[in-house]
Amino acid sequence: MADAVLFEFLHTEMVAELWARDPDPGPGGQKMNLSVLEGMGFRVGQALGERLPREMLAFREELDVLKFLCKDLWVAVFQKQMDSLRTNHQATSLPQGTYVLQDNSFPLLIRMASGLQYLEEAPKFLAFTCGLLRGTLSTLGVKSLVTASVAALPTCKFQVVIQKS
Amino acid sequence: MSRQANRGTESKKMSSELFTLTYGALVTQLCKDYENDEDVNKQLDKMGYNIGVRLIEDFLARSNVGRCHDFRETADVIAKVAFKMYLGITPSITSWSPAGDEFSLILENNPLVDFVELPDNHSSLIYSNLLCGVLRGALEMVQMAVEAKFVQDTLKGDGVTEIRMRFIRRIEDNLPAGEE
Repeated sequence: MADAVLFEFLHTEMVAELWARDPDPGPGGQKMNLSVLEGMGFRVGQALGERLPREMLAFREELDVLKFLCKDLWVAVFQKQMDSLRTNHQATSLPQGTYVLQDNSFPLLIRMASGLQYLEEAPKFLAFTCGLLRGTLSTLGVKSLVTASVAALPTCKFQVVIQKS
Repeated sequence: MSRQANRGTESKKMSSELFTLTYGALVTQLCKDYENDEDVNKQLDKMGYNIGVRLIEDFLARSNVGRCHDFRETADVIAKVAFKMYLGITPSITSWSPAGDEFSLILENNPLVDFVELPDNHSSLIYSNLLCGVLRGALEMVQMAVEAKFVQDTLKGDGVTEIRMRFIRRIEDNLPAGEE
């Protein structure tokens, strides 16, 4: 059984490696590297989802799926639960079927300084996890778009927008 | 409640697979990015090295092992403490050279390769090469220059996975220029 810290070390190295090859990618280049990380996270998320037994996948409501992500998936991947889950089903600025998952001390950001330093670097450390969420949702039969934002390290928010088919 | 119990076990299982699944995604991505297996192997070794030089601090902090006096002690610590702590397995140590500067780690099963099959066009790929880099980087931080390489691999049809470790030399601390 692989120790949890191995994933953190590997993730950090993956972020460094994908950037090292193009130290100054420019705005277009940066997106490409973020989407590579996101894609890898997606495949891992799918695979994690596929390993769940059938009974676990019988979620009654969309909200149950999101709670699963916030509790079971987050504990499995980061040894802690998501700190808050907010939904927005009213017709406000956010589209319907939008959920905001907030982690106040996201483990992949913890090792970096807290506050506003490294704010620019933060997206690189979130891309894989966005993909992970999207991939697990996909296996659970939910199509989504997942983005992340950081106002101050190590707190971050993952925005999950469910795509209605 | 049975649903709670189920949840706990599933979390644990997912957690242990996270590293191996992520590693698999990385190798897949590198195979796409680099044209030949040799370059992928080099990249895995380099990334492993970068991880190793930092992992050693985590290891020393958590394991309370003291300084090793010789390569035999080092071998024991690697197999019985480090591999156990990080990968949950204890490789056996075999095939010591007469001079005591080379040994083999035998892994009955390699957790990195669960569910992995090498496609035909990647016969030179050393899938788990990250491990060699990790060993090399970690040991360098404790003043040992070593070479680590796979000589048997279950992914290639061998019965076991074998990593050959060779002690090259002790690394003396370099004083910064200007210090006498």
